Amino acid sequence: MRFVDEYRDADKARALSARIASLCEPGRAYKFMEVCGGHTHTIYKHGLEDYLPETITLVHGPGCPVCVIPMGRVDDAIHIAERPDVIMTSFGDMMRVPGGRGSFFDSTAQGSDIRMVYSPLDALKIARREPDRHVVFMAIGFETTAPSTAMTVLRAAAEGVRNFSVFCNHVTIIPAIKAILDSPDLRLDGFVGPGHVSTIIGCRPYEFIARDYGKPLVVAGFEPLDILQSVYMLLLQLAEGRSEVENQYARVVPWAGNVKALRAVNEVMELRPYFEWRGLGFISHSALRMREKYAAYDAERLFDIPGNRVADPKACQCGEVLKGVLKPWECKVFGTACTPETPIGTCMVSSEGACAAYYNFGRFSRQRVREATR
Amino acid sequence: MTGIGTSREEQVLERIDRARRRKARVREEHITMAHGAGGKATQTLIEAVFLDAFRNPLLEPLEDGAVFCAGGARLAFTTDSYVVSPLFFPGGDIGDLAVNGTVNDLAVCGARPLYLSAGFVLEEGFPVEDLRRISASMARAAAAAEVSIVTGDTKVVQRGKADGCYVTTAGVGLLEGDTRLGVAHARPGDAVLVSGPVGEHGVTIMLARGELDIEADVTSDTAPLNGLIAALQAAAGEGVRCLRDATRGGVATILNEIARASGVAVVVEEDAVPVRPAVRGACELLGIDPLYVACEGRVVAVVDGDAAGSALAALRSHPLGEGAAVVGRVRDDPPGLVLLKTAFGGTRIVDVLVGDPLPRIC
Repeated sequence: MRFVDEYRDADKARALSARIASLCEPGRAYKFMEVCGGHTHTIYKHGLEDYLPETITLVHGPGCPVCVIPMGRVDDAIHIAERPDVIMTSFGDMMRVPGGRGSFFDSTAQGSDIRMVYSPLDALKIARREPDRHVVFMAIGFETTAPSTAMTVLRAAAEGVRNFSVFCNHVTIIPAIKAILDSPDLRLDGFVGPGHVSTIIGCRPYEFIARDYGKPLVVAGFEPLDILQSVYMLLLQLAEGRSEVENQYARVVPWAGNVKALRAVNEVMELRPYFEWRGLGFISHSALRMREKYAAYDAERLFDIPGNRVADPKACQCGEVLKGVLKPWECKVFGTACTPETPIGTCMVSSEGACAAYYNFGRFSRQRVREATR
Repeated sequence: MTGIGTSREEQVLERIDRARRRKARVREEHITMAHGAGGKATQTLIEAVFLDAFRNPLLEPLEDGAVFCAGGARLAFTTDSYVVSPLFFPGGDIGDLAVNGTVNDLAVCGARPLYLSAGFVLEEGFPVEDLRRISASMARAAAAAEVSIVTGDTKVVQRGKADGCYVTTAGVGLLEGDTRLGVAHARPGDAVLVSGPVGEHGVTIMLARGELDIEADVTSDTAPLNGLIAALQAAAGEGVRCLRDATRGGVATILNEIARASGVAVVVEEDAVPVRPAVRGACELLGIDPLYVACEGRVVAVVDGDAAGSALAALRSHPLGEGAAVVGRVRDDPPGLVLLKTAFGGTRIVDVLVGDPLPRIC
């Protein structure tokens, strides 16, 4: 398939792998964080670690939109969905995320009308089709998905659709990366930077990472060769004593980002003073809410929501996994009490979550598998 | 990673393995859609509720049908319910699906399908014309598979209590000779074959629901497999260890059942798995893996490694098996796991999904 197979070529991967190995200083261990859950998924799905020397560890970062939603917000959404006049709409991978009182799937089993959509525009379409019900879109995701939510609100406003609103849970990536850089228990050598987010925000917002923290960052695409090449670029920077922001994903990511998309987000949404992240706690200026001007489309204003904070289960170490301090298998409940069928933490829910990716794709002894697939 | 780290990781993996072998328990208080998706949730429900209540030696292997002796004959018996939406889709409808599905469940037991029953649950207001179309399609499918629909039942429920029309079929088939097939029969050295491109039925249905705004030229692969399987058995004889039709949960789920029941590893070459470009494209867009997408006219066959060549030739010489391929091998270690050598050149495991594959957000 064009535009896919080129980026999955095993011969090119072998060549890159050899160059990566030649750049590694003997006796030095490297730790790179891939910020984005999409990268985590690619790494496991294609078995990319087989191409890396054992001295390179990929640490899975906080960029899984589903994984960072705190339980209290899931409960709030279910509270809205339980109203008989409401149709709640959500991306597919949100459906299994556990709140304090179960997931969206559990809620539909008890009579709530929660429907999977592929874009907020699909939710607006439902609102037009069913004018007697109120359609709420459970908006989640980083800067990648915020513009489509904003554009949908603008369209609803332009068309005068009044039975549509957004439960806004959009988060921003930079404060999360900063929280990780400031975390005392983590030592990283560089970042494989988020590709999709950067199509919107561009590469400039990362410059402080290279400048103030001295860590190289390479914005990377989502095919396996993209990630391998980014690891190579990071190693090259380290070998040459540089610390810069580089763009491996230039075929999609403009250095300055997407001004039109940012304008739409800025028109409809504003920064919250603070927002709770699953596992990471409260981070200031790290999420978006609807502006007063669009109050008519803001589910948080339209509905009475309990807004209860639900503490993460004590056994769950999602926070440490999201910060990259623990590998998924190092969590106390990984794979025994916490599995994809009975997730305790959100990292086990989405296929982009580090724990689910490891459980579903990587749960084996590499030694035995190497022997079996020889 | 250091040597000590690896051994700690292996201890964790062993702990997980023990946890996975524990007795299935349904934790949910209500049925969710995941319980019907053919993955782990379905398996748990079947084992913890139905098997627990009905336990007997014929049911216990949880094959696609039960095989038993009656009056000197070896018979296979199976049943299946069809709740597909939409009822009519490119390549078929609920009618031929219901006939082919039961024919195939009998055929993979090694039986020659003979007689089917058909039960209908109809919703008040359902167009009689649609019912005629469904029945005509069932009649055509039965004729093609050389079976007769010999008994049936009809129920009507109030508007809103069903999705138009549900069909349940059951079937009886005859086993000739001493055929013994089963998911527990795979042995190291065996070859794994699929009879054609995978994922076509599932993708067709997803697109036919019209919720995705994706257009692709795909049709359901629904077809009766008894002719194809008879050709395979004639060519590979005793070498055929196990046959399954890869319906809900796709090829990946079937291979996991085989690995688990036989206590072997199945190693699949991603490059070797036939997938049509339109199916691959749709799956790429949705972020789902074609290995988990349902087929309705594909058989997964485990055959003795020495018989792989003749088995493949037999499949390919049949019109329904032109796209057949050897996709993997059975190994002894690590038992119970399905491993994939990715087209990219890496390795990973292929696990059973919990429920339906969910499209990813970005």
